[in-house]
Amino acid sequence: MMNRATPFDHLILILATLFMVLPVAVAIMTSTHTAVDIHSNGLSLAPGGHGVETYTTVLTKQGGFTGQVTGLRMMMNSLILGIGFAVGKIVLSMLAAYALVYFRFRFATAMFWVIFTTLLLPLEVRIMPSYQVMSDLKLLNTYTGLIVPLLASATGTFYFRQFFKSVPDELLEAARIDGAGPFKFLIDVLIPLSRTMMAAIFVIMFVYGWNQYLWPMLMTTEERFFTLMRGIKQILQVWIGSQIPDYNEAFALAILALAPPVLVVVVFQRWFIKGLTESDK
Amino acid sequence: MTDATHPTAASGARPRRRAASPARSEPAKRAQFDRPLLPWAFLAPQLLVVCIFFYWPSVQAITSSFYLEDPFGFGSTFVGLDNYKDALGSAEYQRIAGFTALFTVLVTGFSMGLGLLFAVKADKVIRGRSSYRTALISVYAIAPPVAGLMGMMLFDQHIGPFVKLAAWFGYDMKVGINYNDTAFAMILVSVWKQVPYNFIFFLSGLQGIPASVREAAVIDCRNGFTRFRTAILPLLAPTAFFLLIINITYALFDTFAVIDVMVKDKPANNPVTLVYKVYNDGFRGNDIGGSAAQSVILMVVVLVLTLIQFRWLERRVHYG
Repeated sequence: MMNRATPFDHLILILATLFMVLPVAVAIMTSTHTAVDIHSNGLSLAPGGHGVETYTTVLTKQGGFTGQVTGLRMMMNSLILGIGFAVGKIVLSMLAAYALVYFRFRFATAMFWVIFTTLLLPLEVRIMPSYQVMSDLKLLNTYTGLIVPLLASATGTFYFRQFFKSVPDELLEAARIDGAGPFKFLIDVLIPLSRTMMAAIFVIMFVYGWNQYLWPMLMTTEERFFTLMRGIKQILQVWIGSQIPDYNEAFALAILALAPPVLVVVVFQRWFIKGLTESDK
Repeated sequence: MTDATHPTAASGARPRRRAASPARSEPAKRAQFDRPLLPWAFLAPQLLVVCIFFYWPSVQAITSSFYLEDPFGFGSTFVGLDNYKDALGSAEYQRIAGFTALFTVLVTGFSMGLGLLFAVKADKVIRGRSSYRTALISVYAIAPPVAGLMGMMLFDQHIGPFVKLAAWFGYDMKVGINYNDTAFAMILVSVWKQVPYNFIFFLSGLQGIPASVREAAVIDCRNGFTRFRTAILPLLAPTAFFLLIINITYALFDTFAVIDVMVKDKPANNPVTLVYKVYNDGFRGNDIGGSAAQSVILMVVVLVLTLIQFRWLERRVHYG
């Protein structure tokens, strides 16, 4: 064995692990203490025994200015955004990629560029006019407005296009000889073949959707549409100027916001890494 | 199977940015359907979304950057390049641009450096490899605002361990009030959040280097560090370049949430980046034209970065 690992290598990796994981561990543990306890004793790496109360409060207490939103509601909205975005992305980009790869038609190259130019400009640089468009279309405070505009990027299309190109031509030729049309070929051959790819894209896109911050913040002013990320902004605003801030609730909210995407990435690690390193972003 | 571009075959070799390939001409499928209208039906949803939510606002951003809009909605006047001149000429803009540059360099440098270091070590170990890997990539999934919130706690005036540590050395750290302290906290949080991304790509790049190449390198060069520098690092160059652009984009745009959470709505004497200023001027200051001009300036920066990347990846060296 040539590259034998030394204890020093392990030391670096252990320090790296601590650097990455310790803040999360501290957040989990501290969230189980009471706010007063945290205020006087600081952060903690030992469980505090008040976890159930804190998480129950965060999940069920009517918060916000109008009392319309609970942690559970925000979690559900985040879930709708994450899943809606991932599914929408897969459907839209798969169909577009199918058209681009498997059909001979005029302006195909032009359409390719129309779609792929979107890779060049992130949402953040066109955020203000995007907001105006949404308000003109009366899509503020709707799930459509929350999800659909985020789909306007070609990452997924690119990914499927790349995959379809790698599918052997013989499959289509054989399917044609058997009399399969475009729909039958898509449903019976391509979709089953793309299953792993779809799973990888789903993981990446779910995390991306769940973690959106700026867009939901602008799109939703009504509290019943708030996502967890929006709730974090809220809790910080309440925090300013309070004597003993609800540290425990803030930590609990952070844990609720990070747990689902982290679990998805850890559990589906293999697909996730494959999807990420093959398709970028 | 004659197709050499099978992704599962290519992926093991090296992560690469597929976005580079549209510039290159690739052979079309030998077999295609010949239906003139059907492809348009399949393309329609994506085209619709792209036109309404990408092209329309992008064009609007460009147009309104040439107008001075009345904040109360009573029409707008064409002012040519005035918005650009105002933006680029203002001392505040220059100060923020300077901070953005520094922030970008530090975040990119540290997160790539740490990602590479961790990947090299994780590539070497056999025992515990998957545990280290899981621990190191899990933070990838944490959203920037959540990272920012956790950073706020760690730097909190009453409970933050970093503040206590600084006090131990006789320094009174005030994140959210002192410019330099806030900048430090922001950079640390942004780096922490981005290390896993670099780690994943560097590790995947390292594992794609063929064993034969490594063995040859071991025979040629006994010194581990020199071997890494002269044999392994050049092979990672395409990965590193891809990551460089991604990290710059991350530092410029994706850190918005970290900054927004950490300045707590008080940008006045806190460090912010250009994207934050675009948002702040547009939504809080109601300076629509000025905000649009700043958007367009950022668009140009992103375009230049992307074009550099396309050019580079087109003539990148192939190996393996």
